[in-house]
Amino acid sequence: MKKTLIIIRYEFKQILKKKTFIVATLAIPLLLFLGYGIYQGVEHWREPGAPAEKKIGYVDNVGAFTEYTRQDDITFIPYTNGEEAREALVACEVAEYFIIPSDYLSSGLITRYIIENEFEVPDDVWRGIEDFLLSNLLGDEVSSELLERAKVPMGLNTIQLDESGEIASEQDAASRYVLPIVFGLLFAFAILFSSGYLLQSVTEEKENRVIEVLLSSVSSSQLLVGKVLGLGTAGLLQIAVWFIAIWIFIRIASVNIPFLSELSITASVFAWGIVYFILGYLLFAAYYAAVGSLCSTAKEAHSLSGIIVLPAMLPLWLNFFIIGNPEGAFARALTLFPLSAPIAAMMRISRDSLAAWEIALSIIILVASAILTIWIASKLFRVFLLMYGKKPGLREIVRCVREA
Amino acid sequence: MNVIDVFQVSKSFRGTRAVHDLSFGMAQGEIFGMVGPNGAGKTTTLRMLMDIIRPDSGEIEIFGQSIEEQTKNRIGYLPEERGLYKKNTVLESLVYLGALKGVSSSQAKERAAELLERVGMVQHKDKKVEELSRGMGQIIQLIVTILHNPELIVLDEPFAGLDPVNTELLKGFILEQRDQGKSIILSTHMMNQIEELCDRVLMINKGEAVLYGSLIEIKSRFRSNSVFLKCDSIPEELPGVVGRKEHAKYTELFLDQHTQPSQIIATLINRGVTLERFEISTPSLNEIFIKVAKGG
Repeated sequence: MKKTLIIIRYEFKQILKKKTFIVATLAIPLLLFLGYGIYQGVEHWREPGAPAEKKIGYVDNVGAFTEYTRQDDITFIPYTNGEEAREALVACEVAEYFIIPSDYLSSGLITRYIIENEFEVPDDVWRGIEDFLLSNLLGDEVSSELLERAKVPMGLNTIQLDESGEIASEQDAASRYVLPIVFGLLFAFAILFSSGYLLQSVTEEKENRVIEVLLSSVSSSQLLVGKVLGLGTAGLLQIAVWFIAIWIFIRIASVNIPFLSELSITASVFAWGIVYFILGYLLFAAYYAAVGSLCSTAKEAHSLSGIIVLPAMLPLWLNFFIIGNPEGAFARALTLFPLSAPIAAMMRISRDSLAAWEIALSIIILVASAILTIWIASKLFRVFLLMYGKKPGLREIVRCVREA
Repeated sequence: MNVIDVFQVSKSFRGTRAVHDLSFGMAQGEIFGMVGPNGAGKTTTLRMLMDIIRPDSGEIEIFGQSIEEQTKNRIGYLPEERGLYKKNTVLESLVYLGALKGVSSSQAKERAAELLERVGMVQHKDKKVEELSRGMGQIIQLIVTILHNPELIVLDEPFAGLDPVNTELLKGFILEQRDQGKSIILSTHMMNQIEELCDRVLMINKGEAVLYGSLIEIKSRFRSNSVFLKCDSIPEELPGVVGRKEHAKYTELFLDQHTQPSQIIATLINRGVTLERFEISTPSLNEIFIKVAKGG
């Protein structure tokens, strides 16, 4: 037991020293806050430009647009003809000008002249001209209240109801997708990273030939348990850092980005996250340990380790089916299938669409398959750890497990 | 009480017999040699002693009992395939591998300093293992083996890859450990090293013991009753000599069953021959091995 603890501590420390681990752990918080910083910067930089006074010239060939020349921050200055307006524009007296043709009432077209490049018509200019035209067209006909309503005919408020007609708990469609996918991705990263480190550490020791020195001091199962728990602790630390970073980020950024306030990481999501991470990690780590013991070099191990990634990532690739129909048969199947369970369950838990019995059943299946895999891995670990050269065939592996 | 007792141990891999019905014992405080060609089953036997692999049948007792975790702390093992963490420093490696043998970090550092000092490598203690030369790496590996002051030291091909200076250093270490009452089992295919160091020998070939006993006893058993002779002139006729063979620098005389070497030397002195060299031939372990392997 004491030796297992020594191995756990050693493996944990070794991985904390690895650059890839440090980068991966810090990358998520850094990217989040960097992205937020840039967003804030852009917003900040845009704001002071907006309230600047702007002068726009116009030529009224209809003869009906003489009033309401002040709209928000824009002042409209009349010119008698196009020539005059152009000179004013060149002399920078106005920022731009437009011509209202005599057939405007029937065609609705006006022509705008500008000097500076622009990607699209700025919102304030578009709205300003629109309001100016509308005010002149209707100002004499209707009340000022009606005029205001005509300018902004509606503010839209959408409420989603669930099947029973009650107001649904989540109202924002985007937030429904964001959290499950973010969770699924982070989960996949964390589990595959840390079990990948395990594979690396086993094959490295095999390649280095340290393994025999270690086995002269500890048993193969002590080595297996020590490695799995040491690297698992590091993985847990990583995912905790990510969770906390996202939680803090949502807290801080939702003040400015209203969309984020729809997202929330509740304590139960966090707790289930830890449980599913541990179980998922144990399953993958045991598989990777077995692969590591079978292969002589890291290169050889990579192809074998890839096989298990495919089913694990399935919920992410087919996220549409899970998020679109979280209680459907497909989503349920992926939640119960042990390899895809951790990620599928996390995606559904973050949507609050996982029934208690499903959690219980998926955890039972996951625990059972993790124990089975660990048991097989420890058998293979003992037999194949010191074998180099040709990879044993499937038949030999099965025989070895059966005999052990 | 024996330090090691092996009873009728057998082990096969993928249908190939590695060790078959092997039995031997090793006494406290001796240097025990295990010899045999490559692939004879030496490493497999040592791994079974260390409980790294389990025998298919038979029993092994170390210090009078079957091996358990605590027993491993009393054994130092130098595997044939040397291995250290390449990215770690010498001291880190020693402290970690020492900890796995139950040595506290402070004890390990103290002992490491002492042993590194002995081999003149103190200045390398903070270097990464990958920066060391091959020979240096081997010495560090040896220090790993004896860092925890084990009662039983198991060395698998310890001389492989060592230069003459380090070979002498290692021999010095082995004899010193023996003088301190440690038991040492030494496996090698280099028979001359065994002849120099070992008290008793187990010779294995194709997984089976072919010779087992004290070195002196084995050598006398295989003595071919001949003498090496160098002198000004050898008489044509000598009683008891049944044949002769000319070597480059000496002549070998083969004696009949009733004649002792001392009788030959007496005859020569009586006839007034001036002797430059007179030696009773003893076969080298190598020759004995070849003889046994062919005979078997």
